[in-house]
Amino acid sequence: MSRALRSIGRSALGWLLPALLLAGWEGASRAGLIPANVLPAPSAVGEAFWKLLLSGELIENIRISTLRALSGFLVGGSIGFALGLANGLSALSRELTDTTLQMIRNIPHLALIPLVILWFGIDEEAKLFLVALGVFFPIYVNTLLGIQGVDPQLVEMGRIYGMSRTQLFVRVILPGALPSIFVGLRYALGIMWLTLIVAETISASSGLGYMAMQAREFLLIDVVVLSILIYALLGKLADSLARFLERISLQWHPAFQTV
Amino acid sequence: MTAATVTARKSYSTTTPAYTPAPQGKVSFSFRNVAKQFGGKAVLQGINLDVYEGQFVAVIGKSGCGKSTLLRLLAGLDKPTSGEIVAGVLEDEQKRTRIMFQEPRLLPWARVAANVGVGLTGIEKGEAARKKSLEILAEVGLADRGGDWPSVLSGGQRQRVALARALVGHPSILALDEPLGALDALTRIEMQQLLERIWLAKKFTAVLVTHDVAEAVSLADRVIVIDSGRIALDLAIPVERPRRHASPELAFFERQILDQLYNR
Ligand SMILES: Nc1ncnc2c1ncn2[C@@H]1O[C@H](COP(=O)(O)OP(=O)(O)OP(=O)(O)O)[C@@H](O)[C@H]1O
Ligand SMILES: [Mg+2]
Repeated sequence: MSRALRSIGRSALGWLLPALLLAGWEGASRAGLIPANVLPAPSAVGEAFWKLLLSGELIENIRISTLRALSGFLVGGSIGFALGLANGLSALSRELTDTTLQMIRNIPHLALIPLVILWFGIDEEAKLFLVALGVFFPIYVNTLLGIQGVDPQLVEMGRIYGMSRTQLFVRVILPGALPSIFVGLRYALGIMWLTLIVAETISASSGLGYMAMQAREFLLIDVVVLSILIYALLGKLADSLARFLERISLQWHPAFQTV
Repeated sequence: MTAATVTARKSYSTTTPAYTPAPQGKVSFSFRNVAKQFGGKAVLQGINLDVYEGQFVAVIGKSGCGKSTLLRLLAGLDKPTSGEIVAGVLEDEQKRTRIMFQEPRLLPWARVAANVGVGLTGIEKGEAARKKSLEILAEVGLADRGGDWPSVLSGGQRQRVALARALVGHPSILALDEPLGALDALTRIEMQQLLERIWLAKKFTAVLVTHDVAEAVSLADRVIVIDSGRIALDLAIPVERPRRHASPELAFFERQILDQLYNR
C-alpha cells in the first residue's frame, strides 16, 4: 500500500516541472510578456482543443494519423522483424541480404520524400511507405543484433537436452533476443511519429500534420500549438505502452525486478 | 543440509553394501583408440578406456590437456577424429548422457522449476514434468525455490539447479566439467558431499573433470590423469566411504597423482 502510494508520488514528481512551466507560460501570456501571435496562452490552446473536439475535427484527424502510423509500423515492423529473424538464424540469408540492407540504411529515409511524392502522389501509400521504411531499420537491426547476441552456451545447452529447432527458438533464442528487440521497438516508435509528422506536413489532405498546416495558413497559432502538443502526447503514449509491454515480458531481467 | 548428509552417510555405512573398488560388472561406456584433432593439432590420441556402470571416475590433467574435449566426445557434442566410443547398453544411451559445465547455463527467463524441466525435454511434459522437477529440487536442497528467477540465486544454488536439471531425466552417465570450479571453498565441500550422496542414491556413472586433486581422490573410485593427450595414469582409489577429507589414506593417492602430474 505505502509502496503503491510512494510510486504514485514518484511519478507525480515527474509532472511537477511541466505543470510549473505551464503555469509560468500562462502567467507570462496574461501579463503580455509573450505576444499571442508568437505563442498563445495555454488557456487559448485549451479553448482551441475544446472547439475542435466538439466539431469532431480533432478526433477524426487523430484517428487518421494514428491509423497511418500504426499501419506503416505494422508493415515496416513486421518485415524488419522477419528479416532480422531470418538473418539472425540463417547465415545464407544474412550473406544474401545484409550488405544490401546496410547500404540502404545509410540513406536518410526522409530524403526520399520528393521521390515518394513522384511515385505515389500525396496519397496514403506515400505516408505508409515512408513510415514503414523508417520503422523497418531499427526493428531489423536490433532483432538481428539480439539474435546474434544470444549466449551460445545456452544454445548448446538446449541442444544437449534435445530441444528441437522450434523449441530452441521459442525457449532460448527468442527470449534471449527480446531485450534488444524492445530497444528497437521503442526507437522505431519514435521514428514512426517523426516520419508521419514530416510526411503529413509536406503532403496530406487530412491528419494532424495537415491540420497544423491548414491552421498556419489561417494564422490560427493556437491550433498549431495544439497539434504539436498532441503529437507529443501520442508519442509519449506509444512509448509508455512499449515500456509496459517490456516490463511484462522481461520480468526475469534484473533491470525490471522490483523486489 | 549437514544434518541430511550425516543421516545419509550413516544409513550408507550401516545398510548399503560396500561399494566396488575394483572395476567389474557391466561396461557403461568404452573409448576404443579414440583420437581427436582440431585443425591438424592432436588434442587426444590413443585413448582406451572402459568405465563400468556406477563407477565414479575423476579426470585430472593440466589446463589444455584435453579434459573438456574428452567429456564433449563422451556426451556426443563432438565426434572423434578416429576410433570409436561405445555405449554399453542401449542405442540411445547418448541421449541419457548428461553434461554439466563450470557455468550453470540456466535460462535467465525461466523460473527455477522450469529450468529443471528443461532436463525432461522429450521425456515428460506439463504437470508430470513440473512434479518431477520439484521433487529433484528438494533432493538438491532447493525445495522452496522452484518459483524463483535464477538471477536471485547464489552461485552454489545455481549450480545445484543445474545438477537437478541434469539428474531429473535419470541419466545413466553424468559428465561433469569442473562443475564446482567457480565456487568458494566451503560451498565446494558442501557440493561435493551433495554430489556423493546423490551418486550413491542414484547409481549413475559419473565422470568428473576437476583441477582439484583432493576433490578427485575424495570422490572418485578411479582417477585418470591425462598428459599430452594420452592417459598417463589410471589409478583405483580403494578407500571405504564415507571418506574423510585429507585423511592419510587419501593423501597417499593424492601424492601419487601429483607426482605423475609434475613428473617427479
Ligand atoms: N573447438 C576447438 N577448436 C580448436 N581447438 C580446440 C577446440 N576445443 C579445444 N581446443 C583445443 O584443444 C586443447 C584442449 O582443450 P580442452 O578444452 O579439452 O582442455 P582442458 O583440459 O579442458 O583445459 P582446462 O583445464 O583449461 O579446461 C586446447 O589446446 C584447445 O585450444
Ligand atoms: Mg576444460
